[in-house]
Amino acid sequence: MNALNRLMTTAALGLAVAVTSVPSWAETPANMLVIANRIDDITTLDPAESFEFAGSDVSRNVYGKLVNFDPLNMGAGYQPDLAESWTVSEDGKSITFTMREGVKFHSGNPVTAQDAEYSLRRAVILNKTPAFILTQFGFTPENVEQTIKADGNTLTITTDKRYATSFVLNCLTATIGGIVDMKTVMANEADGDMGNTWLKTNTAGSGAYTVQSWKPNDSVTMVSNPDFYLGAPAMERVIVRHVQESATQRLLLERGDIDVARNLNPEDIAGARSVAGVAIDDELRGRLMYISLNQNHPELSKPQVRQAIKYLVDYEGMQNSFLNGQYTIHQNFLPQTYLGAVNENPFTLNIDKAKELLAEAGVSGLEIEVGVREAQERIEIAQSLQNTFAQAGITLNITVGTAKQILARYRARDLDVYMGAWGPDYPDPQTNAGTFAYNPDNSVEAQATGLLAWRNAWDTGGLTEKVDAAVVEGDREVRAQMYHDIQAEFRETAPFAILFQKIEQTGRSENVKNLTLGGAITAVSYWPVTK
Amino acid sequence: MTFGSVTVTMLGLLFVTFIIGRVMPIDPVLSIVGERASKSTYDAVYNQLGLDKPLLVQFFYYIWDVLHGDFGTSLLNARPVADDIRRVFPATLELASLGVLFGIVLGVPLGVIAAVRRGSWIDQIARVVALVGYSMPIFWLGLMGLLVFYGILGWVGGPGRVGIFYVDVVPSVTGMILIDSIIDGNWTVFKDAFSHIILPASLLGYYSLAYVSRMTRSFMLEQLSAEYITTARVKGMSERAVIWRHAFRNIRVQLITVIALSYANLLEGSVLTEIIFSWPGIGSYITTALLSADMNAVLGGTVVVGLIFILLNIFSDLLYRVFDPRAK
Amino acid sequence: MSETQTLRAWLLTDAPTSRRHAKLASLYKGWLSLRSNSMAMFGLAILIILGLIAAAAPLLAPHDPFFQDLGNRLGPLGAEDHVLGTDSLGRDILSRLIYGSRITLYIVTLVALIAPIAGLLVGTVSGYAGGWIDMILMRITDIFLAFPRLVLALAFVAALGAGIENAVLAISLTAWPPYARIARAETLTIRSSDFISAIRLQGAGPLRIITKHIWPLCISSLIVRVTLDMAGIILAAAGLGFLGLGAQPPSPEWGAMISEGRRFILDYWWVATMPGLAIFTVSLAFNLLGDGLRDVLDPKDSGQ
Repeated sequence: MNALNRLMTTAALGLAVAVTSVPSWAETPANMLVIANRIDDITTLDPAESFEFAGSDVSRNVYGKLVNFDPLNMGAGYQPDLAESWTVSEDGKSITFTMREGVKFHSGNPVTAQDAEYSLRRAVILNKTPAFILTQFGFTPENVEQTIKADGNTLTITTDKRYATSFVLNCLTATIGGIVDMKTVMANEADGDMGNTWLKTNTAGSGAYTVQSWKPNDSVTMVSNPDFYLGAPAMERVIVRHVQESATQRLLLERGDIDVARNLNPEDIAGARSVAGVAIDDELRGRLMYISLNQNHPELSKPQVRQAIKYLVDYEGMQNSFLNGQYTIHQNFLPQTYLGAVNENPFTLNIDKAKELLAEAGVSGLEIEVGVREAQERIEIAQSLQNTFAQAGITLNITVGTAKQILARYRARDLDVYMGAWGPDYPDPQTNAGTFAYNPDNSVEAQATGLLAWRNAWDTGGLTEKVDAAVVEGDREVRAQMYHDIQAEFRETAPFAILFQKIEQTGRSENVKNLTLGGAITAVSYWPVTK
Repeated sequence: MTFGSVTVTMLGLLFVTFIIGRVMPIDPVLSIVGERASKSTYDAVYNQLGLDKPLLVQFFYYIWDVLHGDFGTSLLNARPVADDIRRVFPATLELASLGVLFGIVLGVPLGVIAAVRRGSWIDQIARVVALVGYSMPIFWLGLMGLLVFYGILGWVGGPGRVGIFYVDVVPSVTGMILIDSIIDGNWTVFKDAFSHIILPASLLGYYSLAYVSRMTRSFMLEQLSAEYITTARVKGMSERAVIWRHAFRNIRVQLITVIALSYANLLEGSVLTEIIFSWPGIGSYITTALLSADMNAVLGGTVVVGLIFILLNIFSDLLYRVFDPRAK
Repeated sequence: MSETQTLRAWLLTDAPTSRRHAKLASLYKGWLSLRSNSMAMFGLAILIILGLIAAAAPLLAPHDPFFQDLGNRLGPLGAEDHVLGTDSLGRDILSRLIYGSRITLYIVTLVALIAPIAGLLVGTVSGYAGGWIDMILMRITDIFLAFPRLVLALAFVAALGAGIENAVLAISLTAWPPYARIARAETLTIRSSDFISAIRLQGAGPLRIITKHIWPLCISSLIVRVTLDMAGIILAAAGLGFLGLGAQPPSPEWGAMISEGRRFILDYWWVATMPGLAIFTVSLAFNLLGDGLRDVLDPKDSGQ
């Protein structure tokens, strides 16, 4: 047995030595920014196609746009980027951009009006999911030759009717407005796909960074563009690593192996806050948490029941417990900081009131199903709803599924109640007004699956026309007032109970400065970051 | 198993996976176009994926492509599935191999001692150690291990395969960072990678140890009660020689089978470990793909894992035939 | 001469008077040998206690397992009124664990019935019929064996929707092939034995032979395997719960409880650890019992 004992002792010793001799470094290199985030939603890097959060985070740092937001002064609204200036025609339908001179793509090609023309036309012709952001102005694959036109150093876009200029320009700040390098993209075209296949995994922009590698579900590595027209970024490499668990992100942050942790839950935020060298930032984002009631359901379509449900949510309780610091009560479809946003939140948990309303509607013993995707905070919200609904005699059965599973049923009008989140697509009130309160054709055949009102079989009770009117109103103040009115009516009558707006809490190492996640209107910017 | 039956099994495996993928109410189109997509965008992708064709036709196309070495492209990230697998499989292979190594190095001696000293305290301890291993929820153990050894003590590297600073530093030859860094002669990376792999590998190793040690013990017990052992003892052979030169020699083939099985289990069963340790391996690859209905990726991954399972089985069958006199 | 002594003597007889007598006698002898294995008895005791807890859950639980109190969430261990603390929604963890034992037992019982019976059916038919039936059934078994287990279970649950019943079916689907293999191997040895030939000569049909003569002989090796598999079944169910595909909220299923609590593991470790310990204890109990049963029922076969 001695040989064995010796063998095992050696093995154990060997392990111990190997393990303890590993060096541990306390911080990341000074010219490198390392971020932990959930990036499993990236499916493509092509700006004409990219539409998810983590994808926008990459795109914003790679592609310049005609107009863009200054990360250090978001409140100023859109600013010149690749377009130096612009003029609006008399009839308000045409906007002519003058391109900035001397800006180069990563390939070394100059950024020209032809590139801008190609990029916007390309987005319309490819007609991927986010294309509606552009096509809502009347651009079609057939008419882009006339409506999106370069002439020397200028680019003119012509919309089908007069829209608020701010609406058009705000839409151009979305990911789909990214300007790609025409020569490079066309060189990689295959089967007439306008370089779509190639751009899914490669980049050809003029922004502060280029993507060096994207390993799905693992990491995105970006290197800086030393010729960036606003100056070479201080962080020469930015690595975003996919880390699923909040606890793991926190450990990495506290050990100094990463600079920024983006998915810490309230408990880990509280824990990390007390660690020396770690700072916590709060940033209000555009994402809303809401529940909606299917209007095909005989009971849920009664106005009193819709009202009652809004009194059956423990807003305060949730905000102050498991959502603490990460969601704030918000009962309107326009996120705070948006034009026309209001901050009136009249509903509170009121069981008696709800019971009254239910009795008035003659509803008792209601049993309904809510669909929730598999995410812990949402499951907890659903359980809290289940608890308060039960106090008014409503049985709420929770069905948890993968995101796609629940979404497919929601889009098919197959759920009684949906509980989920909605993020704005571009920084203009139309983005949410045009989906929550807009449904021109409520018939099954319309298949307007992109519209939340349609998914809930809600004809909007006249709000559709008001939304149409607001979107073409040129006067900013009048337009804001129109949204106030729409929301006041929506709040009371709609089968949507908007619950919360997201606050993103980021844990960062104290020496990281100037990191802005993009607020409610855009995505993260790495180029101003220093440490 | 003959070549024919392997083919049939593989085809069946593919077919079942294929059917599961198609009847699953997770919509692959939604994974691509996202929540906001209009009906026309949706339909365009639907037809592009060939989902409008009958199931059998789709299956036939798929098999045809696979036979030509084309696993298709991932619906989600637009890369060839074969490339993805080439990237994620070595990560799992590395982890599972080290895990099995731990299992063998510690489990075999433990099993032998337990059998030799049957009923003694050491046998009881070995039994408890193994059964505890069988009974532990790995995700809990993994999180606790990370907390203690990485978070508090700082003895091991954190989640992921190497520290972020060392990502892509050594050229990828085998895809296994430990081996690549040796080839490159870069010992800093080797140390770093080792510090990252040690904890998840030890965890997997513990499970492997549990299985291997229990199996070793019962094989040894069977041998030790055999007549020839008694004969050897009567002849005055030393106990050590009896155990190692006779009994242990006779269980080698059985042991290899067990180890092969344990290896196969670790290769496919490390999903939860991979999630907790942010390990970009094939287990989490298939799981993620499955939950977003990325069927090409699921099929590709399943083929690889299934093939390895079958190959390991054939391998141990062969060993039996060659070395075990009882199996004719 | 007391009644029990008579019974004991009757059970320990070397000359059984009937088949039933013989069967009972061998069972009793097995029990005696199992009883001498203290670890197995320890496991059995835990399982009996678990059964009692599940049966008397409403009497034992200090609180309603579903009662939420957002003002008193993540309460510490040993708190007044909440001995094991409270979870993220302020529910009493001890009460949830107690009620959760019912779900665990439910899952285990169902899988332990479905998987071995399915395996037994396939294995015995395959082994007894031979020929092309054997070939087809064994290929199917191979296909399911070669399938990554968690992937199969995940896919199945994803296809049918999350929930305990579907989790049970999914786990059974991944668990039956080894039983089929064992049952087939046993059938092959039994089929060629003299006594089966004798029965066949007496005119018994295949159905009768399989159900009356082959099944009973396969049972003991299956039981051992089932007991040893129990821990794996519990862990698989917990794993599905962990991935959100097992029991649906607010059900106090232990795996789902770990999954809920793992977010707080750094600061409120007990929220995930208590259900983790519960799973561990029950799995260990099954393993200890299974290990003991293996020694008793088939000392040679080592469970493969």
